Amino acid sequence: MGEDLLLAMASVDKRFAGIPALIGASFEVRRGEVHALIGQNGAGKSTLIKVLTGYHKKDAGSVSFDGKPFEVASPQQAQASGISTIYQEINLVPYRSITENICLGREKRRFGLLDWGAMHAEAERLLARFNIKADVRRPVMEFSTATQQMVAIARAIGFDAKLVIMDEPTSSLDEREVGVLFDVIRQLKAEGVSVVFVSHKLDELYAVCDRVTIMRDGRTVRVAEISGIGKLDLVSSMLGREIARVEGHATAFTDRDPAKLGETLFAAEHLSAGSAVRDVSFSIRRGEITGFAGLLGAGRTETARLAFAADKRSGGSMTLGGVPYDPASPIDAIAAGLGFCTEDRKAEGIVPNMSVAENMMLALMPKLAKSGIIDEPRQRQIVEKFIKALSIKCSGPNQKIRELSGGNQQKVLLGRWLATEPRLLILDEPTRGIDVGAKGEIQALIKSLADDGLAVLMISSELEEVIEGADRVFVLREGLTVSEMSRAEASEDAVMAAMAEGNLEVAR
Amino acid sequence: MTRIRLARMVGSYGVVIALALLILFGYLRYENFLGLFNIMSVLRYNSMFALVALGMCFVIMTGGIDLSVGTVAALGSVAAAYASPYGPIAGLAAGVGIGLVVGAINALMITRMHIMPFIATLASMLAASGTALLLANNRSVPVSYQSGFTELGQGNLIGLPIPAIIAAIAFILGWLVLNYTATGRGVLAVGGSEESAKLMGLPADRIKTLAYVASGGLAGLAGVILAAQFGAGQPIEGVGWELFAIASVVVGGTLLTGGVGSVGATLAGVLLLGILFTVLNFENGLGWISLSAYWQSVIRGAFLLVVVILQARLIAGETTRT
Repeated sequence: MGEDLLLAMASVDKRFAGIPALIGASFEVRRGEVHALIGQNGAGKSTLIKVLTGYHKKDAGSVSFDGKPFEVASPQQAQASGISTIYQEINLVPYRSITENICLGREKRRFGLLDWGAMHAEAERLLARFNIKADVRRPVMEFSTATQQMVAIARAIGFDAKLVIMDEPTSSLDEREVGVLFDVIRQLKAEGVSVVFVSHKLDELYAVCDRVTIMRDGRTVRVAEISGIGKLDLVSSMLGREIARVEGHATAFTDRDPAKLGETLFAAEHLSAGSAVRDVSFSIRRGEITGFAGLLGAGRTETARLAFAADKRSGGSMTLGGVPYDPASPIDAIAAGLGFCTEDRKAEGIVPNMSVAENMMLALMPKLAKSGIIDEPRQRQIVEKFIKALSIKCSGPNQKIRELSGGNQQKVLLGRWLATEPRLLILDEPTRGIDVGAKGEIQALIKSLADDGLAVLMISSELEEVIEGADRVFVLREGLTVSEMSRAEASEDAVMAAMAEGNLEVAR
Repeated sequence: MTRIRLARMVGSYGVVIALALLILFGYLRYENFLGLFNIMSVLRYNSMFALVALGMCFVIMTGGIDLSVGTVAALGSVAAAYASPYGPIAGLAAGVGIGLVVGAINALMITRMHIMPFIATLASMLAASGTALLLANNRSVPVSYQSGFTELGQGNLIGLPIPAIIAAIAFILGWLVLNYTATGRGVLAVGGSEESAKLMGLPADRIKTLAYVASGGLAGLAGVILAAQFGAGQPIEGVGWELFAIASVVVGGTLLTGGVGSVGATLAGVLLLGILFTVLNFENGLGWISLSAYWQSVIRGAFLLVVVILQARLIAGETTRT
């Protein structure tokens, strides 16, 4: 064993109810390195991390940390031993203040009682490292997702960890914030702290990591220096098969024939609501995929919510199919032929303890019920049709949706809206948190839906998804539409430039 | 921004404002409402409820509920009555001790056996009631008047009722624990999101155990005061106390889902409901109308509903504006 090894996990086995999640997995991290841990959903990354942090107990294998055998029974012990974890779903206590969320578990005391002054100062000091100024006395639920993420990271770092594990830390951050995070990671590295970085975004791995461990089906399949492995190589190791890059594309979207696009189906003029949406205009044609690009907080989701009447607009007008469209509530919007797959699957989309069939039928219940009683055979028929059409991997319509992978959950939600036979489908971050393979499937699905004449409004923070997927791109910045680009015009550079510095003055 | 601040202030001080208005109403309408005798008897009588509500407040803040407090108080009063000949300390030890035991059993069922708090404490509520009746042979158990035990309920110290002093000390300690100890903050964290709290490395089970044990112990203490105040262990007392305690906690703005709560507002909630009761009695005394005990219950229920609805509206208005 090398002198510079901080963590060594070897031959780790873990089963859940007899089903193996880890099979002889190994994982080694050197002191002061940033180590990427990647793999598709279900590859065993999360299980490996939870075994390490004492959340799960391993069935077999050995772990040594800091030169000593390492066995912890709880995340608390792991934390005390110098391993801090930031989980993918931000794990904070929403009602409690930033200070409490950062300092819980290592409170500062004076005369045996909590020293609030010192704790507030500590929280402010840690956040200042991320250039974040916030009232640390306010509950975290009042802050944006990005700030909450930074609070979670500040908490982990505040524990003087030797090893910080970050499970998809950037999924809720915009580019500037990702930059700040990377600076922090480099700073940690310079201080000799090791970082384990889990991410689906390959560019990020190359930007910040030294080495990479790739997992597949519960096994460790490859360990490499990140500089010595290409993106394609990385992805194919992850998937366990050679994938061909489609005409130099990074996504599964392929070029579409502009002549196939129909007339304008939906148009919005000068929408506004509060400070998030100040003046947004856009339109969508039949069979067209319209993309919204923009940084976090540019007002993309907020605009989509106005179109769906999930929020009240304070100004502007909309037309649908050539006639004025003025829905009072999502019920009206659905009746008019809109569907909305929200960004936050967990909170707004799925009902975890209900079955695949029930989740898919939620939006359709009113239509399917005969005087309040659900038409079971018809429901079954529709559900089975979509499970097949969308190739949803599940044991059957009655499986609980929480047991499915993220990609398959997303397909169920897509099926839910498709079952209402919408004219316009709004997809907010349709591939967030989904592994690479399933991502391609979802993208291909979106394309084929548009080919069949469905109008799609796609919001995505992944640039290539918008650029390669959308027939037209509207760039939003600070609540204004700053640019409209055709597929030909929408190059990576052009879209990024508009996102970052699109002229707010010339905006319509 | 100022409107938000205002709404938040009214939200957290709503119960205090309601309490002040009620006292003002009583003062203007009834003679002797703020007389020394009335104040002392209100404090003396409501100390028991205050103690029970304090424990309930901690349990509810963890996201749980303790239905057993009423019958545990009854059980505590019987145990204290039997121990009363050996003096006030023995009475206290017996009543509080038996409450702690029931609290520990509750905690065990909830944290180890993963039984829902509602069900677990429903079971112990029935069991505690049965045990109290068994111990007391289905009768009141007279306490000793020679040992000084009754001072715990009837005595005064520096001009204040001893039960009120006990309750005041308990609330000060409760306030300190909630706001200035890691365990107290842990109670709110566990109630706000148990999953997050666990991933943060907080000992969630230990924190919940402490809350239920404290609730049991405080209910037992309330039972000791009950026995001392009325001169007998009362195996059939305590019916509905748990609901009164829950009502006081909720009126104080503590969320039933856990994670948000205040010890001070709970005390205000107890006083609000207790003084409302006194106001209704005074109203009867005026002779204009005659309110039966049943009507009093209806009025208290309606009052509780109004306060809770007002609070919900304030909180809703606040979150939509932020």
